[in-house]
Amino acid sequence: MALPTAPITAPESLVPRRTSPRRKFGSWVHRRPRARLVGLLAAPITWMVIIYLGALFILLLNAFWAKDPFTGKVEPFSWTLDAFKTIASNPVYTTIALRTMGMAILVTVTDALLALPIAYYMARVASPAKRRLLVVAILIPLWAAYLVKVYSWRIILQGHGLVDWAVAPFGMHGPGLSDIMNTWIVLSYLWLPYMILPLFAGFERVPSSLIEASADLGGRSMTTFRRVMLPLVFPALVAGSIFTFSLTLGDYITPDLVSDTKFIGNVIYDNAANVNLPVAAAYSLIPIAIMVVYLLVARRLGAFENL
Amino acid sequence: MRRARIWAAIGSVTLIVSACGGTGATTPPTTGAASHAPSAAATQAATTAAATATVAAGTPAATVAGTMGPLPSSGVSSKIDKGEGELDIIIWAGYAEDGSSDKTYDWVHPFEDLTGCQVHSTDMTDSNNGVSLMQGGSYDGISASGDATTRLIQGGLVAPIDTSIFLNYPNVFDSLKNLPHNTVNGVNYGVPHGRGPNLLAYNTDQVTTAPTSWDPIWEGGSAYKGKISIYNSSIFIADAALHVMVKHPELGIKDIYQLDDAQFQAAIDLLNQLKANNPLFWGTATEQQTSFTSGDVVIGTSWQYQVNLLTADHQPIAAVLPDEGSTGWSDTWMMSATAKHPNCMLMWMDWMMSPMANALATIWFGEAPTSQAACDYAETISPGHCEQMHATDEAYFSKVHYWATPQADCKDEDPATTCKTQDDWVQAWTTLTGS
Repeated sequence: MALPTAPITAPESLVPRRTSPRRKFGSWVHRRPRARLVGLLAAPITWMVIIYLGALFILLLNAFWAKDPFTGKVEPFSWTLDAFKTIASNPVYTTIALRTMGMAILVTVTDALLALPIAYYMARVASPAKRRLLVVAILIPLWAAYLVKVYSWRIILQGHGLVDWAVAPFGMHGPGLSDIMNTWIVLSYLWLPYMILPLFAGFERVPSSLIEASADLGGRSMTTFRRVMLPLVFPALVAGSIFTFSLTLGDYITPDLVSDTKFIGNVIYDNAANVNLPVAAAYSLIPIAIMVVYLLVARRLGAFENL
Repeated sequence: MRRARIWAAIGSVTLIVSACGGTGATTPPTTGAASHAPSAAATQAATTAAATATVAAGTPAATVAGTMGPLPSSGVSSKIDKGEGELDIIIWAGYAEDGSSDKTYDWVHPFEDLTGCQVHSTDMTDSNNGVSLMQGGSYDGISASGDATTRLIQGGLVAPIDTSIFLNYPNVFDSLKNLPHNTVNGVNYGVPHGRGPNLLAYNTDQVTTAPTSWDPIWEGGSAYKGKISIYNSSIFIADAALHVMVKHPELGIKDIYQLDDAQFQAAIDLLNQLKANNPLFWGTATEQQTSFTSGDVVIGTSWQYQVNLLTADHQPIAAVLPDEGSTGWSDTWMMSATAKHPNCMLMWMDWMMSPMANALATIWFGEAPTSQAACDYAETISPGHCEQMHATDEAYFSKVHYWATPQADCKDEDPATTCKTQDDWVQAWTTLTGS
């Protein structure tokens, strides 16, 4: 058997082609994890910082700029605190901020009270088939357009609407479209799924062994619910409340369509539309501040592990 | 060439109809634009010259079209350069109809056919909103009321206009030209569109005796608690000021838009009294229409436009101009200083003064046309339109206080007087509606 005369060479594909720039780049990146990270995140971070936060930042800058009192034209980089003075000097802005926060709390509490039994039933009582059905029933309204839902409520609440028709036999009238309680009903309806879903997940995560242990130690069902269940699902409740609270705080279309009451969002919108961008921008700092505080508290309560 | 013929035909229809002055007699006078007279053919004439044969309320004489010799031209001036193909305008609801609400009322498609400019319109809710949109800078023009025009001119947002380039400007009533709201230091900043008063509208089933004053929304407001419809704009403070002017002459209000502290406070007090009666505020015409239809409101401040649409919908709604007069508007088409489609905008301005477009637009909205030619054209569609809208009745319009911008210097010569500013009005309105 003759020995191969030709020198043994590796198959072509295994030879590193040092000349290929793509390969060069690949091994360069491989040796530098930091560069890899930068390359990966540069585009999304740029988008987030420049386009997303940048736009917000420019809007907020308007709060510190002056405007022509007659034409309403904003003069960029003309620093003043006039917008804040306007807001501070007019008590209506405080009233509206408090009203909005009150409504956000009311809607959150309402949704929590409605969602707790539903979520508990879904997670721990219902059969798998029923549970699936309920999840679908809760998700479907989320896929419907926001405006469609608000307008259907408008039709229910307005004169000659469903409410009017239902209470007419008792000699009463519907609330009409100027009642602040309409906002409470409609916003509670709109954000309910956002409360049910985290709570449902929270209840599902509670280990059955803990419930059994509680029963073994003589805990009645209410005691078990209060002392075992609730503390365990509380972070989920806080997680859900972030949605109901922040969405109510920022909503301005529902208050405008189903009641005549002004909320923070309406005042921001009105001022922007009324040629007073600085006041609109200054006032929008209030909900931002409220939400920052709210999120810090929620984080402390462990809500973010439950989102 | 074909277009030229079409315009000639339309012009001829106008001529014939005004010549056969008696045509209106065949149709009973209408009570407003809503009773859309049966001559839908008038607009179809815009697309087919042949249709002119049957135009205008069955006028047999219309067959003479084409035998009338030289015809007055209609449409737009040839002095304006070729259009840019697009036009973006800010309008009051109903100022740019394309026939989708009622095929008789279509002056957008004929314009598009004539000039090749595709019209895109955006409704403003009030003048403040209009000014704000113009500041955005992406519109070619606006149908501005007097409380917006001065701000737009002073803010440099609108371009000066050489009215001599327009074909239809000479026809416009002289009483509408060179007024403070459209002209500054002899420079024109726009052309008239139409004018009219804000009205007191009411549900005739609920309010059985026609009101003759604004009292039902002010002193008498408690009778309609929760059922009063109010325009949601800071300019509405002037409506309160008008009532104060009549009821409290000792306060010496001369101009309901230029108010000193005491006068302004009196108006705000009156508005707070109104607020106690829980009124429903409307921002868009549609919003008010819905609340009148649903019965959520039975009386309130309105425009002829909503009243027209409501009566067309067989709602029991009527409107009056109360004895003490009213606020109102005299609207101006203005071109943005940064218009991307200036030629299309100029052609639109010319077009909106032309007999056909001005007649259709002012009938549709329910306001007074700006020229005798438009009045003559209007006769063919809604007989008696110009009489009902008091197109040439300056005594009537002396009772109408056109919207104007509140100014710190009270807009007078006296340097000693100071008045509440536009900002003060807006903040007061925020306080009123927000508390």
